[in-house]
Amino acid sequence: MGQFDAIGKEISWCPGCGNFPILNALKSALEGRELKPRDVVLVSGIGQAAKLPHYMIANVFNGLHGRSLPVATGIKAANPGLTVIAVSGDGCMYGEGGNHFLHAIRRNPDITMIVNNNMVYGLTKGQASPTSPLGLKTPIQIEGVTEIPFNPVAIAIAAGASFVARSFAGDADRTRKLIDMAIGHKGFALVDIFQPCVSFNKVNTYQWFKDNTYAIEDSHDAGDPMAAMALALREDRLPLGLFYRREGRSSFEETLPAFRRDKRPLYDRPMDLSRLRKLIDKKRTAR
Amino acid sequence: MNNTARIIKNDLSLVLCGGAGQGIQSVEQFLVKILAREGFYIYATKEYMSRVRGGSNSTTIRISSHPKRAPVARMDILIPLDDKALEHMAPRLSAETVVFGDEEAVKPPRDASWRFVDIPFSKAAIEIGGPVFANMIAAGFLAGLMGVAKAISQSLLETFFAGAGADIIAKDAAALERGYDEAAKVLERNIIAVEIDRHENRSGDILINGAEAVALGALAGGCDFIAAYPMSPSTGVLTFLAGQSLDFEIVVEQAEDEIAAINMMLGAWYAGARAMVTTSGGGFALMEEALSLAGVSETPAVIHLAQRPGPATGLATRTEQADLNLVLYAGQGEFPRVIFAPGTLEEAAALTRRAFDLADRFQVQAFVLTDQYFMDTYYTLRSLDVGADPLARHIEETDESYRRYRITEEGVSPRGVPGFGDGLVVADSHEHTEDGHITENLQVRPEMVNKRLRKLDLLRQEALPPLVTGDEGAEIAVICWGSTYPIVQEALAGMARPDVCLVSFSQVYPLSGETKDLLGRARKIIAVEGNATGQFSRLIALEMGFNVHGKLLKYDGLSFTVEEVIEGLSRILSEGV
Repeated sequence: MGQFDAIGKEISWCPGCGNFPILNALKSALEGRELKPRDVVLVSGIGQAAKLPHYMIANVFNGLHGRSLPVATGIKAANPGLTVIAVSGDGCMYGEGGNHFLHAIRRNPDITMIVNNNMVYGLTKGQASPTSPLGLKTPIQIEGVTEIPFNPVAIAIAAGASFVARSFAGDADRTRKLIDMAIGHKGFALVDIFQPCVSFNKVNTYQWFKDNTYAIEDSHDAGDPMAAMALALREDRLPLGLFYRREGRSSFEETLPAFRRDKRPLYDRPMDLSRLRKLIDKKRTAR
Repeated sequence: MNNTARIIKNDLSLVLCGGAGQGIQSVEQFLVKILAREGFYIYATKEYMSRVRGGSNSTTIRISSHPKRAPVARMDILIPLDDKALEHMAPRLSAETVVFGDEEAVKPPRDASWRFVDIPFSKAAIEIGGPVFANMIAAGFLAGLMGVAKAISQSLLETFFAGAGADIIAKDAAALERGYDEAAKVLERNIIAVEIDRHENRSGDILINGAEAVALGALAGGCDFIAAYPMSPSTGVLTFLAGQSLDFEIVVEQAEDEIAAINMMLGAWYAGARAMVTTSGGGFALMEEALSLAGVSETPAVIHLAQRPGPATGLATRTEQADLNLVLYAGQGEFPRVIFAPGTLEEAAALTRRAFDLADRFQVQAFVLTDQYFMDTYYTLRSLDVGADPLARHIEETDESYRRYRITEEGVSPRGVPGFGDGLVVADSHEHTEDGHITENLQVRPEMVNKRLRKLDLLRQEALPPLVTGDEGAEIAVICWGSTYPIVQEALAGMARPDVCLVSFSQVYPLSGETKDLLGRARKIIAVEGNATGQFSRLIALEMGFNVHGKLLKYDGLSFTVEEVIEGLSRILSEGV
């Protein structure tokens, strides 16, 4: 029984859902890093994956569909001492929240973005998601998906993300390890996790992911963006592991003047009216 | 054509008009600074087109011996800087106006009913070093007409152009000098005499505009975080706070869109910051869902919305008061909110501070509703109240038993922030239990709705009553809200109608209970609003049960002038309402 484990929670995921192993991997990664629930904030959006923070012990901000990254950024910028993790599904993060995904990468807050990527909309019952494969038939896309699937890993590398990884929910050890590395990475970190949806995606099943993925070879240089991009663009078999990591870039919070002299979180700072009175005096027309 | 001296006593309306990029703003800023130092009351406002170069923009400056805080249509002096200016200002030109301009550049009509005096602003500027110096010649000319000692203007010049090269400053000094020479000639020819009493003790007044007043109020409210997406006319607040972000240690972020901006603000408040967004109607429309998130998650929020005419993009650089309904009804579901609409710069600072205080104390969403006219208007103030003491932060250290949405009698649950104490802070956009977790329990639902709505009672108790100018028992009450207040006030002062009082609202929602008593005494109510449908009149009817009998509405993109209000109210009154 770990300190992040919630007891007696009624979980609304389907039996066998790929969200369960992701929840376990996240909890175990946090345990492994010896973090306390009080210092961890989980931010999520809307969808089945976005309910994940309710099923563990931590601080939680469960906000709007697509908007978890800006909320997570605001939290981290108000209190850089917190470990902030945004976790939600592919529809939430890459569809409704696509613009925030691009700009969070540019901004580079020290947060971890976990995407439970099941390539389908589960909560609204089986419509296509931005990552659905071409040809997937759904009640809406009745002749099959015609839009090219969104490639979050390639886009993150192209946009300059400083940590880009992909896992498969069925590979518990790899998932835990990559989440752990992402939390430890300073700066914006993406962990895209293939997650079987047992109710609505009959194509991308546990078996399908096993057959169509492979572990990135040890010889891969994760510091080489071109090599990372070549892996990211592979479509025949999908690589799992760390694609790209760039160390040394300042995080968003580190660039903020508000924390240059004073490292305290914003809530812990006294307000100084004398400084304001001086500023107002500067607006006087003569002195 | 009137060739005797035009004498202007104690209240001068001076207008500068030219294209964007012609430097009207530097004349205006220089002049306003120097005249405020001299001890005049200064008021200035501007109207401008949505472009960076060209077009026709104008600034109206009032210089007076008593405070004037409203735009007048009347122009005592007009300085046109190009050949489009006279046409642009035509609706405001009258036989009383004296126009000083460069005949070649301005091309005045021969049959004008107003007096044109040729001053070679452009020609002389080219002699000095280029057309750009015309604006400093105009500044020197006007300072000379106002009787400002040349040495005082010269001394300001160096600080005003601090950072410019010595050559530029020398040329600006020559331009200023040339302006003074031209003023001396005009005074000698007895064309005009400006006699405005100075108040020596007024020197040292604070000179700020609406955007600065809101931003200073935010600092007084302890603002330490602002996220925004630039949108006219609200950007001035962001720019000002960005300029102060080093000294005041404010987190400032230009977000990728308004949706990101407001969600960042909510994240910041959740983590214990005192945060705001600044936007206009279109930007706020994008923020609506997050407003509702703030409502259900009881996350405090401060939203400054500077109105401009819609629908959609509307008129980007013009003014209107048509987003009251937008903020009043924004967001799915039902939750309390508070809406301030400052009428004066002092109120803008005080109410923005108050917005932070109420948002924090009651975990509600507080709006400061201004408009383009208000953002771009400035005048001299004796003082600006930032409060005697810093505002308290309404957060508490949590323990393991902490529940974010504990149901309390007054509806406010103690607010913890993550990392401060051993408790966990769980905030949720779904309906939730007391510990913040998602629920579909339909017994919990009404309890939580009622808890949130109880905070509206607290807001009502704290509501600021409207201000009454004139006799509280007057038969006719004129009502207005927001930026129109000083305009209607000056209009009524000029109308000499003891049977009419003004009831002006700087808090438009929730309305103070005193509203009922104040308006209940009047036999007739007339509303003055800067929109086409009388949004506030409807709110008064809805909330207070009073019918508004007459409405004076304006929605052409410009603010009311004092003359328009006098004319409009006189017409409505003469029609027996």
